[in-house]
Amino acid sequence: MAHYEIIAPVTDAQVRGWRIRDTVTLNGTLYGIRDGTQIHMFDRGRKTRFDLRGHAVIHTAPNVRKVAKSAQHPAGYVPLCVGTTTSARMERFTRPLMQQCGVRIIIGKGGLGEGSAAAFKDLGGVYLAIVGGAAALETTWVEAIEDVDLDDLNPESLWKLRVKGFGPLLVAMDSHGGSLYTEVNQAARGRRAAALASLGVKTAN
Amino acid sequence: MTKDKPVKVDLKQVEEACKELYIRALKVLPPDIKQGFARLDAAETDPLAKKVLGTMIRNISVAEETDNLTCQDTGVPIYNVTIGRNVEVDGVDLEAAITRGCARATGEHPLRSSVVHPITRVNDHTSCGIRIPAIHFAFSDRPEELTIQMIPKGSGSENNSWLKMAVPADGVDAIKTFVIDCVLEAGGKTCPPTIVGVGIGGSADLCVYLSKIAAIRPLGARCEDPEGAKLEQQLSVAVNQLGVGPQGLGGDSTAFAVHVELAATHITMNPVAVNMQCHAARRASATFTPKGLTYGF
Repeated sequence: MAHYEIIAPVTDAQVRGWRIRDTVTLNGTLYGIRDGTQIHMFDRGRKTRFDLRGHAVIHTAPNVRKVAKSAQHPAGYVPLCVGTTTSARMERFTRPLMQQCGVRIIIGKGGLGEGSAAAFKDLGGVYLAIVGGAAALETTWVEAIEDVDLDDLNPESLWKLRVKGFGPLLVAMDSHGGSLYTEVNQAARGRRAAALASLGVKTAN
Repeated sequence: MTKDKPVKVDLKQVEEACKELYIRALKVLPPDIKQGFARLDAAETDPLAKKVLGTMIRNISVAEETDNLTCQDTGVPIYNVTIGRNVEVDGVDLEAAITRGCARATGEHPLRSSVVHPITRVNDHTSCGIRIPAIHFAFSDRPEELTIQMIPKGSGSENNSWLKMAVPADGVDAIKTFVIDCVLEAGGKTCPPTIVGVGIGGSADLCVYLSKIAAIRPLGARCEDPEGAKLEQQLSVAVNQLGVGPQGLGGDSTAFAVHVELAATHITMNPVAVNMQCHAARRASATFTPKGLTYGF
């Protein structure tokens, strides 16, 4: 179980060196992306002016306050509360996000499915698990909102965040087919019959 | 028997309180949930799960120290109104005051409006829309008292809601099996440890509503029906044998508890519904009496 301190963008070789149960702390640029953002990008042909190649995205839609643009708030937004949303809803966007935009790291909660695991393996990417619902803590790792694109979708805009000491995050899906979620889910399903038996319910298997 | 003149509800005060309740609920977790975390953390045997719980517990303090929201999800706003005896209020005006309070919290704090039109997906940035905030009314025998409870219901857990119209021939085994399978299906998507709310009986709509009432019930409070109480205790033990764990990353702490709420049902029916509450199990309440306004959970 190794720990990596990184500054995005990262290379194919870098992410392929990470295995499930390793931990990663991110510094520098992190992009915030969500359902609406990706529906518009991949279903409706919207393009972003941001270069996401080798970068990390997080499944988020932050609470922000609109202010005048300044050195401290270059995009005119104060990040009030930045947290993470459930990734599973955005499962079908993993491959296009990697293939069309070159993203290598997805940060989220609750995990992604088999299609994403295959995309991570084929294209060189990882899923880093953050603790969902721990947004107050997560916000302390966000220095500023540096820029914003597709802001008509607010709060589901494409946010460019500057982060410091963002983590440690857990490598929960790697580029070798490893997924902690699959491991835990299979083990849990293996305990189903025993849990039901404890409730006096007989099962076929 | 003479009846005292009914106590009039101050709607300006209600509006202010409904604004305050939304913000309070998002920032400070109820004491029973904090105790629930301490209990799970003490019993957890998986080292990774223990770390995840530790982060969640630390986050509760950080939110209080930095006066921030515990979770970014401002949820679907729900206001549960309980009207006591001898209280006079115009229902339409009361609903309007609650809705204004909800919108003002969103604009004035500000909070992220998580509410959109269900077809156009347009966000008015008010946290309000058609039939939202959801406002539910109930009655109590407490004299001269009006209570409003606010629940910002997170979508991660709300997206994992189920109804099964089982049949009488399937018996209570169908209910138990359904609950176990819902917990397995939810995995880490609901932000476990959760409170698993189970509605049993009634009609389809009542059954789903009961599952929500169960999910937002304070930890430690039991189902009033002895059969329901027995079942929820058994289910609470059983779901934590599955090993889903905090965030679905494995461990003993899958749920704080399973809560059951019941309603009588039809001879041909055996409905069961599951609604989950995430570990950011937020709620806040305001009680209005002639003596004034007090806040709680």
